[in-house]
Order: sequence, then C-alpha cells, then structure tokens
Amino acid sequence: MSLIRLEKRPAPSALLSAATPVLAVIATMIAGGVMFWALGANPFEAIRTIFWDPLFDPTFGAYSRPQLLVKAGPLILIATGLALGFRAGIWNIGAEGQYIMGAIVGAGVGLALYPTETRWLFPLMVAAGAIGGWAWAMIPAFLKTRFGTNEILVSLMLVYVAENILASVSSGLLRNPEGHGFPGSRNLARDFPAASNPELIAGTGMHWGVVAAFAAVIFAYVLMTRHRMGFAIRLAGEAPRAARFAGVNPARLVLFSLGTAGAFAGAAGFFEVSGPAGQISIDFNSGYGFTAIIVAFLGRLHPVGILLAGLLMALTYIGGELAQLMLTMPAAAIQLFQGMLLFFLLAMDVFANYRLRFGTPEVA
Amino acid sequence: MDLGQINPILLIASLMVASTPILLAALGELVVEKAGVLNLGVEGMMITGAVVGFAIGVNTGAPLMGFGAAALAGAALSLLFGFITQILKSNQVATGLALTLFGIGLSALIGKPYVGIKAPSFPRLDIPLLSDIPVLGPILFRHDLMVYVSLALVVAVWLILARTRAGLILRAVGENHAAAHALGYKVVRVRLAAIAFGGALAGLGGAYVSLVRVPQWTEGMTAGAGWIALAIVVFASWRPWRVLLGAYLFGGVTVLQLNLQAAAAQFPLASLPIIALLVLFWDSMSQQRRGLPLSTRRKVVYLAVVLVCLPATFLWWNVWTTFKVEFLSMSPYLVTILVLVLISVRGTHGAPASLGRVFHAST
Repeated sequence: MSLIRLEKRPAPSALLSAATPVLAVIATMIAGGVMFWALGANPFEAIRTIFWDPLFDPTFGAYSRPQLLVKAGPLILIATGLALGFRAGIWNIGAEGQYIMGAIVGAGVGLALYPTETRWLFPLMVAAGAIGGWAWAMIPAFLKTRFGTNEILVSLMLVYVAENILASVSSGLLRNPEGHGFPGSRNLARDFPAASNPELIAGTGMHWGVVAAFAAVIFAYVLMTRHRMGFAIRLAGEAPRAARFAGVNPARLVLFSLGTAGAFAGAAGFFEVSGPAGQISIDFNSGYGFTAIIVAFLGRLHPVGILLAGLLMALTYIGGELAQLMLTMPAAAIQLFQGMLLFFLLAMDVFANYRLRFGTPEVA
Repeated sequence: MDLGQINPILLIASLMVASTPILLAALGELVVEKAGVLNLGVEGMMITGAVVGFAIGVNTGAPLMGFGAAALAGAALSLLFGFITQILKSNQVATGLALTLFGIGLSALIGKPYVGIKAPSFPRLDIPLLSDIPVLGPILFRHDLMVYVSLALVVAVWLILARTRAGLILRAVGENHAAAHALGYKVVRVRLAAIAFGGALAGLGGAYVSLVRVPQWTEGMTAGAGWIALAIVVFASWRPWRVLLGAYLFGGVTVLQLNLQAAAAQFPLASLPIIALLVLFWDSMSQQRRGLPLSTRRKVVYLAVVLVCLPATFLWWNVWTTFKVEFLSMSPYLVTILVLVLISVRGTHGAPASLGRVFHAST
C-alpha cells in the first residue's frame, strides 16, 4: 500500500475550492518564472512586467490601465455564457466561432445600412450580433438534441468554418468599397459614428461591451441562485440521474445553455469589432473564445469568480504585450503561460475533492 | 468545369499522404479511448510533435531522428495529461482542452526560430518490383517509410487489441474499471501506458505534417487535424480497420478539395436542395419507422423547406461563384460534422463503457 492515499470528500471543500485558483496562480508564477529564466530573461523582472507594470508603471500605466477593461470585457462576457453549459456538463468549446459569426452578422447589418445616422442602429447591431452567435451555437445544439451528436467536436469544427467565412467576407462581401482593394471592412469605430462602440468614460476603457459583461455576470448570478433554470443546470451537472427524476428536460438545457453562450459570444464579437478592433478583418479575432474557456474554469464556473478571473487573464494579456516590448519575449510565451495556469488549476482541484491520507488504511 | 486536369492515380497516392497524420493520431486515440480515457488534447500533442519533429529533423538533418523526437515529445506531453487525470483525478474533458491550449502555445514558442526553413527531404521508399505494377504500383508502393509504418500500426493495434492478453486487459479496463481493478489489474498503470502510446502516435502524426506533407513549420499548421482524428475514432466505432477507412476518407476529401481549388471546378449546384431533400426524406423515414403517421404540421414544414430551397439555390449559386476557395477550404470540417451527425443517428455503438469516467479505487 502506498504511503499517500486519496480519500474522496463527501462534498468538495468550499474553502479549498476558493483557494485553489489563488494557489494555481502562484504556482504558475513560479513555473512561468522558470520558463522565462530558461528563455534568458530575469524571472522576477518578467513576472513584475506581466502582473505589476501594466497597472502601476509610471510610463505605461496610463496606456495599459484602460486596456484591462477592454480585454476583460469580452473574456468575461464569453466565459459567463460558457460556464452555464460547463456547469451542466454541456461542452461548448466553439465560442471562438460564435464570436466571429456575431461580429460578422452585427457588423454586416450596420454596413448594409451605411451611412444611416440613427441611434437605433447600434442596438439593432448588438441584437444582430447576438443573434448571429446564437444561430451559430444552435447548430451544435440542434444536432445534439435531435441526433445526439457530440457537441464538443461540432462546435469546434464550426470554429474553422467560421474562420473561413471571416476570410471570405473580409475580402469579399464586407470589403470596404472605398478601401482601394485592401481587405477589411469599413472602419466602424472611425468612419461610422452611429455604429461605433466608443469609450464611454475617457481613460477607463469602459465601452458598451464591458457594460454588457457586467450585466451578464449579474444575469448569470441571479439565474444560478434564484431561477428554476439555474437549479436545473446545477442539478444536471452534479447529479444527472437526480435531474432526470426531477423532470429536468435535457434538450431544453442544451438549447438554453448553448444558445445563451452563443448569444453572449456573438455580442462580444460585435462589441469588439465596432470598438477596439474597429473593422472586420481576417485577423480581428484574438482567440478570446478559447481563452474564455480558461477564464471560466479559473473563475470556478461561478459568475463572480469569472469576473475576477477575466480581469486577471486580461492582465496577463497586457503584461504579455508589455513583456514582448520590454523584454523581447516571444508572443507565444504568454499563451503557454495561460495554458499552464489551467493545468495547475485542474491539478490542484484534487485537494478540493479529495483528502490526503498518510500511511496504510485501517481495517474497518 | 475542368476535372480533366486531375489525375486519379496521383490523387489516390496523395490521398494516402494526406491521410497519414490523421490516421496515426486517430489510431493512438483509439487505444487511449479503448482504455477508457478521453484525451481531447490530440491537437496539442500533434502540433507539439510537429514542431519538435521539425526542429530535430532540421538540426540533425535526419528526418527519422525528428520522428523519434516527436513521438517522445507527444508521449511526454500526454503523460502530463495522464498524471493530472489519472493520479490527481481531474476532469478529462477540461484537462484535454488545457493540453491543447498548452501545446499550441508551447509549439509557437519552440517554433519561432524555425519559421521559413525547409525540412530535410524524406526519401520515398519504392518497393522493388511491386512499385512497377501499373496503376497499383504508384498508388500503393511508392511512398515514404511513415506511410508503411502507419499501415503496419493499424494491423498491430488490431492484432494486439483483438488477439492478445494485453489487449484484453486494456479493453477490460476501458469497459469496466471497477471490475478490472477487482480482478487485480492495475487500472491506472494500464491507462497511463495507453495515454503515452496515444501521445507518441499523435506526435508522429504531427511530425508527418511538418516534415513530409507541407514540409515546413508554420504556427498552428495542424489546423484541427487532431480534432478530426477524434471525430474519426467515433466514426470508426472504436475499431482499428474503420479508423483506416475513416482517415482515408477524410484524406480524400482534403486532397479532392485542394485539387478542385487548383482546377477551379464548379461545385455541384444542386447540393443544397439535395441535402435538404435528403433530410426531409430521412425525417419522414424515421417517422415511419416509429409507426407514426405524417402529421399535417410536418407536411407544412416540408412544403416550407421545399419553397425556401428554390430561392436559396439561386442565392447559393451567387455566393458560391464569389467564394469558392473558402467553401472548399471549409469542406473537410463540414464533412466531419456531417459524418458525426450520420454516426450519431445510427447510435454510438462500441463506445467503451468507462470512457471519460474518473477511476478512484476506494480501497
């Protein structure tokens, strides 16, 4: 018998569930420091550049502080939607595709009405973006409920399809007719005031997408704690058999959670394309749909946790850019860093779910 | 429409080359899933194998060294997954996703200095005499070593799973881990071995992309091949020979779409209404099978679909003539989805009963 054994806890420890993300961040900082050291940088300087300088550096702080909300907004909005499904054991990992399609449909509606100047245009585009993402998510949802097709693979395959559609429309259907043949749509943020998503309060990075992200967090919190659907989601995730006996309809759950996640991701895509990115171009999407998966887990699939995790992950994005600039760190290093964080988090969950026991078991 | 430019013999031969990465990765994942573990990190292990194989291949000048290193890298990465899921009992879906995200980052980091370099050439092994047979020779017997290795591995995996004691134990662990444990088999150890094997094969598959198929290193170059490999395992109902069939089918779609892009051929216009009509037919058949009469509501829906199909065909024609390249590039992914749907209608027969479930020995 081995010296260390794992003993399943009757229920996951609440204290440790909250503590593991913090421990995982610390472990990632240490392992990341070793990685930066191996890349030839001073590990302490690298960690400070990523986690401290974006907020408090006297020269860069003023530029990078607003970026925190700009980058956290889409991450939180997407992750909040994803977490609803993950809680119920429904794995939508194609948020990147829903995000792209939302951006295309939202921007497409606006561009079709160019140069309208009405204040109803922007809400219309937001709705179109959300519907675009929702519709894209409904493909795996429908196939899952109608035929039982695996939603993981379908939603992921649709990311590649969406990327091809993006490549196609940015040099075809939505290309700027006054762009001298260059790929990319009209710049919504610069040339089309009614369709733009500007910074609401100067110097904060706050735009409508960030407002939507906060609203989504509140929505998800109320849903999970106060609404029947939230109860059904939790029950289906924690005790699928009990959920069936309680009359939870699995098809409705799939349609709701995939649909909500798709709508959130689609809206996030539209807010991005009409604000920070400015235009539909072949590479406007920056992988937020995938990073949001890490954010959802890091936030323990809980709305408030996701809010904090989104801010932290945004910090690593900005810090990573700063490290590229200051320490000539490769861009991929930060991606690796984020992957590492998810690994550490999942590994440390063992302490929340199991007790460590030393020595041989007593005979009962 | 100019399909005459496509040489069918070359097409089939290049199909085998295009299929080999997916075949290797899917075969590895088959063994992993037979042991009851769902590793969604195939894409991450493939891309890491691609970059490590390329780097070692370029530095040593010996592609075989590259393949060896890629297999080791894939296995090492998969054991990281194995440690976290088997020893620390984490959720396999989430950990597999983490492995993919991690692998994509890792490969981009390692690959930075290798962008734009050409891979050392990997010689073709023409099998004497056999390669001179007309038609069959160029298709089957004029390939590089890894194509033959991948085919040999299909046979080996099939033999081991179906005919040996080790294979029986592996399947027992995958079907019912509690019973296998009670019989005294080391569930975790068997699974770790299977995971490492799967990782090694995914690494080989990745290296085949960067060393032979492309042959150079670009970021994200596996472009979802790992995910398609996962789909093929489902398609194959967890049987090695069907993995071969599935991989070659997908290789065929990939090669065909590349050739069609080159020949700028027109896609059959009627595809959309035909697909719609097939769906309708299928729906009415499934109603009939259940012994239900067609309700008026269903008939109205059918009529609506047919009416929508007519203008949609016109629209499709317009869109198609504008964007044929993109439509062709997305076809492998669409075909994957289509196949997944067809498979799920039939029902996922043959999935190992303990697939994806966490094993924790209570004593």
